[in-house]
Amino acid sequence: MSNAEKAGFLAIELDGAGYENLARTVLAAESAGFHVATFKDAPEAGRANALQRAAFAGPVTRTIAVVPEVDTVYTEPFHISTQLASLDYVSGGRAGWIATAVEAPEAAAAVGRSYVEGDALAQEAAASIEVGRRLWDSWEDDAVIRDVATGRYIDVDKLHYVDFETPEDFHGAAYSVKGPSIIPRPLQGQLPVLAAASLVGEGLVPADAVDAVLVTAPTAELLAGEVRDVRARLGAGVAIVAELDVVLNARGQAAASRSVAAQGDRAGFVGSAAGLAELLDSLLREADGVRLHPAVLDVELEELSRRVLPELRRRGSLRPPIQDGTFRDVLGLGPAENRYSTSAAAIAAAGK
Amino acid sequence: MTQHNRAIFQPSGQIQFGIFFQGVNSGTIWKAAEAGSQTDFESFRHIVQTAERGKFAAFFLGEGLRLREHLGRPHALDVVGRPDAQTMLAALAAVTTNIGLVATQNTTYNDPADLAHRLSSLDLISGGRAAWNVVTTDNAWTGANFRRGGYLDHADRYKHAEAFVETAKRIWDSWETSSGPARRVLHEGQHYTVDVTPRLPRSAQYRPVLFQAGDSPEGRDFAARQADVIFSAHPKFDDAVEFRRDIVARSVAAGRGANAVQIMPASEFILAATDQEAQEKKAWVRSLQIGPQQAIAYLEQFWGRELSSYDPDGPLPEIDPVVEETSETRGSGFHGAKARQLADQWRAEAKDKGLTIRQFVTSKTARIDATFTGSYTAVADHLAEYARVGAVDGFNISPWLIPTGLDEIVNHLVPELQDRGVYPMEYRGTTLRENLGLETPVRSDEAVRA
Repeated sequence: MSNAEKAGFLAIELDGAGYENLARTVLAAESAGFHVATFKDAPEAGRANALQRAAFAGPVTRTIAVVPEVDTVYTEPFHISTQLASLDYVSGGRAGWIATAVEAPEAAAAVGRSYVEGDALAQEAAASIEVGRRLWDSWEDDAVIRDVATGRYIDVDKLHYVDFETPEDFHGAAYSVKGPSIIPRPLQGQLPVLAAASLVGEGLVPADAVDAVLVTAPTAELLAGEVRDVRARLGAGVAIVAELDVVLNARGQAAASRSVAAQGDRAGFVGSAAGLAELLDSLLREADGVRLHPAVLDVELEELSRRVLPELRRRGSLRPPIQDGTFRDVLGLGPAENRYSTSAAAIAAAGK
Repeated sequence: MTQHNRAIFQPSGQIQFGIFFQGVNSGTIWKAAEAGSQTDFESFRHIVQTAERGKFAAFFLGEGLRLREHLGRPHALDVVGRPDAQTMLAALAAVTTNIGLVATQNTTYNDPADLAHRLSSLDLISGGRAAWNVVTTDNAWTGANFRRGGYLDHADRYKHAEAFVETAKRIWDSWETSSGPARRVLHEGQHYTVDVTPRLPRSAQYRPVLFQAGDSPEGRDFAARQADVIFSAHPKFDDAVEFRRDIVARSVAAGRGANAVQIMPASEFILAATDQEAQEKKAWVRSLQIGPQQAIAYLEQFWGRELSSYDPDGPLPEIDPVVEETSETRGSGFHGAKARQLADQWRAEAKDKGLTIRQFVTSKTARIDATFTGSYTAVADHLAEYARVGAVDGFNISPWLIPTGLDEIVNHLVPELQDRGVYPMEYRGTTLRENLGLETPVRSDEAVRA
């Protein structure tokens, strides 16, 4: 395997930056060589809207992808599609979407909706993703023509009603979305969509609806095996991102003394920068990327920047960041085809 | 501070500017060589940074939740397709430091807890510069893009909006101190229920500033009770004075001070070094705002049928409208127009004034009352008069050109106004509330008691 093939990308969760240190922190992450910044959005006191934090980060950076979590259960699919497309514009094509399905009675009560749980969560996620993707395609890339001779700003033949309807077996309240979008097609055509691996697969969100999945395991040792299992389950079309909590020896303190009890079921690494580089090097041979969740953002980011990422670059296990690249570029995705493309239809018809 | 009767209006002697980046419709010309992108971030950055250089109080973004249609298809002739307001404003917060960021957001197709949370986020991310321009719709045609579909009667829209705004205010009131704890907010209404423990503290300006644009008596009362600023439709001097008088009366009747609600009318500026050049420029701008195709399309919206065989430089069509197809569902606000009667009226008016289709449509669509045309000095003199009597608190300017449409206003008009002592030399502070000179809200009794 060549270096280029085994080289992967690194993402970092910036939740710890809050909204006050956002510009400084996202720039530090970009300078360190991270490919992707993610923004958590679970309802907790003090946390500002993730999509807006990502939007704020857009204009202050030029290489790192900005990828917020956006819930699919208690949100309006039409709004979040527009917001995510807008994020793509303000970040110059570096936006992505971690589609989540909030499972919390409080989230339902806040907006006066019935509590959604179990299989219905994946149905809500699948429906919202489908609506988002259709709306993103509802303007063809060349729909804005500005044709002075005919007085047309847009070519109406290149705008499309999406006419989405929830499937018959939909557990929640059925709904429909007419379209077209109120914003032209995003710069990337389609934003890459990510979701937890547990939300994707047979009977859940279809694998071909997402571009990447986030894979967790109870321990770091089990993570590589889990990555292989998920890849076998979902096929090669979906990129795999391994999830890792990180506590490092830093500022004269041993990681173990700074370590707090692990949260949830996410694998954690506690130890030296060299040890982490070793682990990431091996993980990046299995996964397409790894997302790090630093224990204390400022502290870990400094160590990651000074010791871990340089070592990974030296080993050739990190893909070079792509100056002015898109998030699709980071994931190795080609141009996004448009499901409504009239030019493609015309070419196909001519070929018959 | 000198005590004065809160029921007596006191002119500030100043005006301020806001900028409304429209992103849709015919006011923004796209056919000129200088017309740039309506979606690239750089267009927004240029406008907002120019506005901030000119000490503008606020940057406005509109919202329309369904594309305007024409004879059953998206309208093709005007600028269309714009970013989500709050997402764009959050990004612009990163490249500005003082200007207010105003998001138009709908009360019909949002949830109060979610919208209040997102507006709080914008307010915190921008360091206390966020505002919400509250709009309503009852339109089932727009509802086709949303889970709920159409559900609201026209008569109920302000009642619904007011309950929504009051719930949002309670959410923004809910944190006892900047570090919490938050009080749970409950609302059980006809159209929605809310049960939420708000997640975000108050911002540097306490809570987002509220703008409102309704012009009906009901809309004016709503604004007088709830809003900080009215985005009005009355820029012409006499109308502005009368509108001020009306709003002062309504505010006082609602138990608020006479100066509690500020007024910023929508406006358009066509300026040049001399009055004559400005008039020539206006003719050019109008010719690009309403081209021959737009003139025909405008009539087609009322006639409900295709009229492309008619000459835009000829008289209005003699053929009658298809009445039943002229409904309110096209997103163009032609509520209840009696098409045939209107057509007769218009034909008579055009004949009387000797106007062609294009001239007639231009006269109908151009914001005649809202346009200030003239030399920099003449327009500055005129605006100083508004400041002197307190007819308005400022003007919300829609540039007819993107992204350079503010340049001459900031480079030439603003210094003239500053010379006359009627326009800020510097920002008063870093929050929108400070820069508008609005009072900090008092935490509601209910929140204090809770």
